[in-house]
Amino acid sequence: MDYQLIWVLLIAVAVFAYVTLDGFDLGIGILFPLIKDPTKRGRMMNTVAPIWDGNETWLVLGGGGLYAAFPLAYSLLMTAFYIPVFIMLLALVFRGVAFEFRFKSLNHQKHWDFAFSAGSIIAASMQGAMLGGFIEGIAVENGRFVGGAMDWLSPFSVFCATAVVVGYALLGTGWLIMKMEGDFQGNLRRLAKPAVIWMAANLGVVSLMTTYVNPAYASRWFEMPNILMLAPIPIITAGLLVWLWRAVSHREKTVFGITLGIFLLCYIGFGITLYPNIVPPMITFRDAAAPENSLAFMLVGAAILLPVIIGYTAYAYWVFRGKVNDEGYH
Amino acid sequence: MLDAEILARIQFAFTVSFHIIFPSFTIGLASFLFVLEALWLRTRDDTYLALYKFWLKIFALAFGMGVVSGIVMSYQFGTNWGPFSEFTGGVIGPLMAYEVLSAFFLEAGFLGIMLFGLNRVGPKLHFTATTMVAIGTLFSAFWILSANSWMQTPDGFAIENGRAVVTSWIDAIFNPSFPYRLVHMVLAAYLTTAFVVGAVGAWHLIRDRENRAARIMFSMAMWMAAIVAPIQIIAGDMHGLNTLEHQPAKVAAMEGHFETKNGAPLILFGWPDMDAEETKYALEIPKLGSMILTHDWDGKIVGLKDFAPEDRPNATIVFWTFRIMVGIGVLMALLGIGSLLARWRSKLYSCKYLHYFALIMGPSGFVAILAGWFTTEVGRQPWVVYGLMRTSDAGSPVAPIAIAGSLLAFVVVYSIVFGVGTAYIIRAMNHDPRDAHIPKGEVLRAGGRPLAAHNTPQAGE
Repeated sequence: MDYQLIWVLLIAVAVFAYVTLDGFDLGIGILFPLIKDPTKRGRMMNTVAPIWDGNETWLVLGGGGLYAAFPLAYSLLMTAFYIPVFIMLLALVFRGVAFEFRFKSLNHQKHWDFAFSAGSIIAASMQGAMLGGFIEGIAVENGRFVGGAMDWLSPFSVFCATAVVVGYALLGTGWLIMKMEGDFQGNLRRLAKPAVIWMAANLGVVSLMTTYVNPAYASRWFEMPNILMLAPIPIITAGLLVWLWRAVSHREKTVFGITLGIFLLCYIGFGITLYPNIVPPMITFRDAAAPENSLAFMLVGAAILLPVIIGYTAYAYWVFRGKVNDEGYH
Repeated sequence: MLDAEILARIQFAFTVSFHIIFPSFTIGLASFLFVLEALWLRTRDDTYLALYKFWLKIFALAFGMGVVSGIVMSYQFGTNWGPFSEFTGGVIGPLMAYEVLSAFFLEAGFLGIMLFGLNRVGPKLHFTATTMVAIGTLFSAFWILSANSWMQTPDGFAIENGRAVVTSWIDAIFNPSFPYRLVHMVLAAYLTTAFVVGAVGAWHLIRDRENRAARIMFSMAMWMAAIVAPIQIIAGDMHGLNTLEHQPAKVAAMEGHFETKNGAPLILFGWPDMDAEETKYALEIPKLGSMILTHDWDGKIVGLKDFAPEDRPNATIVFWTFRIMVGIGVLMALLGIGSLLARWRSKLYSCKYLHYFALIMGPSGFVAILAGWFTTEVGRQPWVVYGLMRTSDAGSPVAPIAIAGSLLAFVVVYSIVFGVGTAYIIRAMNHDPRDAHIPKGEVLRAGGRPLAAHNTPQAGE
């Protein structure tokens, strides 16, 4: 069995699960500046309060899994992204505790709302900036990071940061349209319209800029026969964006579903661009892999536990299905 | 000027010390909540439900802080300790992956139901959720202590191409110090929680000795103190003997012994001076050191001078952190014995001295845990993986200014966030546990004053 390939796919799935699941709850924090009413904010938070912790656990699996399966990649990426990783982690601290702290004191509620919102926006931006820095590549010589502490910061990475913030905001809006009713749902629909346009523009720009960053990326997409085989990805994405634009004004659950679909296609495109590199532009996942018996040992656990995890996570979502009102244990 | 290595060590020590406080509390609290809900389901006595809800709010706060400080830890191995991650990735990585898969998801998946789901799923399924969370905390302790123990007493591996490769997973997971460390740490977590619960119970008894909810929690906590504190002393002694076998330099530092001797004294207090290679101002009991460590009055005790200076842990720190931990352990056992006497004379709920003693001892478990971890981790130095990799070879090539900056950010952010969080926890503890069954929404709308104190609790509410 090709354990290295299985593990790189598993970690890719974990990262995607993180991006979409934490994406929509980070998105709720990103929307906070646009929705001032404290009761509505409380309701928005209550839609994710029972599940956000599980969503964020995928981030731990992504980090822990990378450490376990591809230690060299983990070590290189964390060193190269030292500053954005720490800014992201501290931002996640603020917005994570806000779920509890917000309801503990009326006097402090504004501060914790700010912490929740700023934490979500900063965490999402740092994830976007790291995505940009990752695509641009990391300076490695002889298995050691030889770049500077601020290499990750560039016009491209700044653009990626805004793209991720907008993308998460749209995911969050889709989630809330599903969970809310009446006037508030209408407000959200009006917010979603410009976000769809903005996201479509971002996707176009990021995709084109990516092909300029590295000639290898361009040839992967534009050379024959790849261009024919890969063409469905951008075409379907464009189709989904149009569908999303129409669904926003009247559909309930479809908005969130289509947005997830767009994220998935972008993610697949991102994977195709970079494969087989795990630390672009040089280190492949095979170079960075842990010993075979470590990968095999972990696969036993993952094969048994991941289905169980997905089962009880789905159960928790099912328990808290449906519209959310003002109830909460707080 | 501080170099990158020492800055990275301070940063790790700071973040892990903050982090460990929360899981060691929530491990014990999850099991306590399990017991409370089981008692409620069996007896349908609403006082147990009120206690459950009272402690659940505190659990949610502590758990949230544990989660966010823990995510930091899972990335810090790579940011600051890249070469360590590469060297140990094949061993410690899978252990941590198992922790995430078997523990973190289980806790996070059922925490939502535990906190918000009683009305939606009913008492039985809710109890299942509580049970899963409690089991998750113990699974987590299992894997992370296995990983830590492997760094202390590595086993079941070979070195290939400059990195550790496992040859036997059983030997690697159940490495020589793991069983002792696991028992010692889980008991410590239970004791820590018991002393917090006992202090909160004592506080409410001081205000109203008829408070039935306070009586129940105080009594339960004092049983834990009376039974578990003495067991912990025995477990700690066995852990110490295991350390003597595998890490003699650590024990020499803990005991403040520089010279190798037959019939070594027990040094009660003193000041181990690493440069002078002696323990100054030592107050000692002849031959007792050999008796405790080797169970023989004339047993041979190896001193730090048997190790090259660059292989010695800092005895000044380890000697004192060890004594703080042991001192607190003895005080805990004393409170347990005191509670037995008071119980026997039917004064458990009326003896103010006992209540004040329990109140002061409330945070003692946290101090003991931190002191114990400083003992074992500083005592492992100068190695990050004992005998295999030096701490000085384990650090990432990061500029000292970046480490110093992130360290400063951690100090500021953690002080604010966890300072406020601890204040909220203490405030929640100050509420009368008998009022805990009131839906919190009511309390909030009343501006913090319980409006509906006369409401009778509803089963399954």
